[in-house]
Amino acid sequence: MHISVNVDGVTYADEVEPRLLLVHYLRERLGKTGTVVGCDTGNCGACTVHLDGHSVKSCQMLAVQANGHDVTTIEGLARDGKLHPVQEAFHSNHALQCGFCTPGMIMQAIDLLADESDPDDETVRKGLEGNLCRCTGYQNIVRAVQDAAQRMKPGAGPVQEQHSDEHVTSKQPVGGE
Amino acid sequence: MIPAEFKYLFPSSVDEAVRMLAEEGEDAKVIAGGQSLVPVLRMRLAAPTALIDIGGLTELTGVRDDGDSLLIGAMTTHYEVQRDHLVHDHALLLKLVTDTIADPQIRHRGTFGGSLCHADPAGDLLAPALALDAVMIIAGPGGRREVPASEFFVDYFTTALAPDEILLDVRVPKHTGWSAHYEKLNRVAQAWSIVAVAAAVQVRDGAISAARVGLTNVGSGPVRAVDVEAALVGQEPSASVISEAALRASTGDGYKDNLARVLTGRALTAAVAG
Repeated sequence: MHISVNVDGVTYADEVEPRLLLVHYLRERLGKTGTVVGCDTGNCGACTVHLDGHSVKSCQMLAVQANGHDVTTIEGLARDGKLHPVQEAFHSNHALQCGFCTPGMIMQAIDLLADESDPDDETVRKGLEGNLCRCTGYQNIVRAVQDAAQRMKPGAGPVQEQHSDEHVTSKQPVGGE
Repeated sequence: MIPAEFKYLFPSSVDEAVRMLAEEGEDAKVIAGGQSLVPVLRMRLAAPTALIDIGGLTELTGVRDDGDSLLIGAMTTHYEVQRDHLVHDHALLLKLVTDTIADPQIRHRGTFGGSLCHADPAGDLLAPALALDAVMIIAGPGGRREVPASEFFVDYFTTALAPDEILLDVRVPKHTGWSAHYEKLNRVAQAWSIVAVAAAVQVRDGAISAARVGLTNVGSGPVRAVDVEAALVGQEPSASVISEAALRASTGDGYKDNLARVLTGRALTAAVAG
């Protein structure tokens, strides 16, 4: 089947088998190996990417289901050679040990921060419920997400260094809370 | 693992989807968000000959106000249900249950109707659908029909849907102003409920005027705890009334009986506390 998918700002047109999983399309056809396969059962969240600005597990989706949609992977976050503030916060808070869960953790953290701009400890842990770290390095991950929240606050730091994550989060909450 | 081969179809209308299902025969399968079906395909627990992806049927998404009821489109995602103000105001129990489903990534893709049609007895939405008297609105080759939740869940992973039918909308009677709680016991984050209790209570003039209690994962489908409901109505929402009523929760299994009673007590206590 023919699909057209925008991945990290580039539109790709490809012929794929319907049974091809999105994560395999990203890794094997597009070479986006920054997105990894962890458990292959939908539990670990290592393969998390954004589909139209919402986090999804790319091993839980068929590539054909992404036809006509926008995908953002960990490889699409940096801008002009500068890391996304969540990437920077993971780096400076030592929020990784082996690093395998990190791409998924960062993609989910960005999603979480789009809904909760100043999350407390519990909110971060709930928001990262679908991501497992087998090194059990959760303390620093939680710290990094909270640090990233401060870095991304409007008015934080000089204007020219401010990041916006609008390009990966197009959230339009339905109704009100 | 990689799924077995299948033919992929992407209908642009409900009528086309129904026609495709009829043409492809009973080994075809509808895919909604795919958060249950894709793992099943990958593990090759199922190998449908064709997948009919209803992801393009935008008319099946969203929540509408329909007088005394809400109409929840089958393709409305859990994420949308969580944030919908109509659900919050008129079916709070559904919002609270949906908050506990899987994890954020799954809630972005997984759908309200998909969960009901998958009919996993450990799935969270079955018990509240039953407790709130939801009605399934179904399309098939012969037109539309409606099936109440009490008749929809037939057995493990089995519903009243015929192989050539599609769930369109779910009508949920408004429970405006009811307080609610979902009490779920599971071992670890993301795990299915061992037992869970969905409770909604209406309190008027200091007394419980109506109560709805549904049990998750105590049998081949959701169970309505009618004896518990009956023991609550007309009583004041006190600790002794609740603990007395909770003892009437029954599952036919010793261990789960005990769990159901304890969790029913907790669910009702939290619900009446608002």
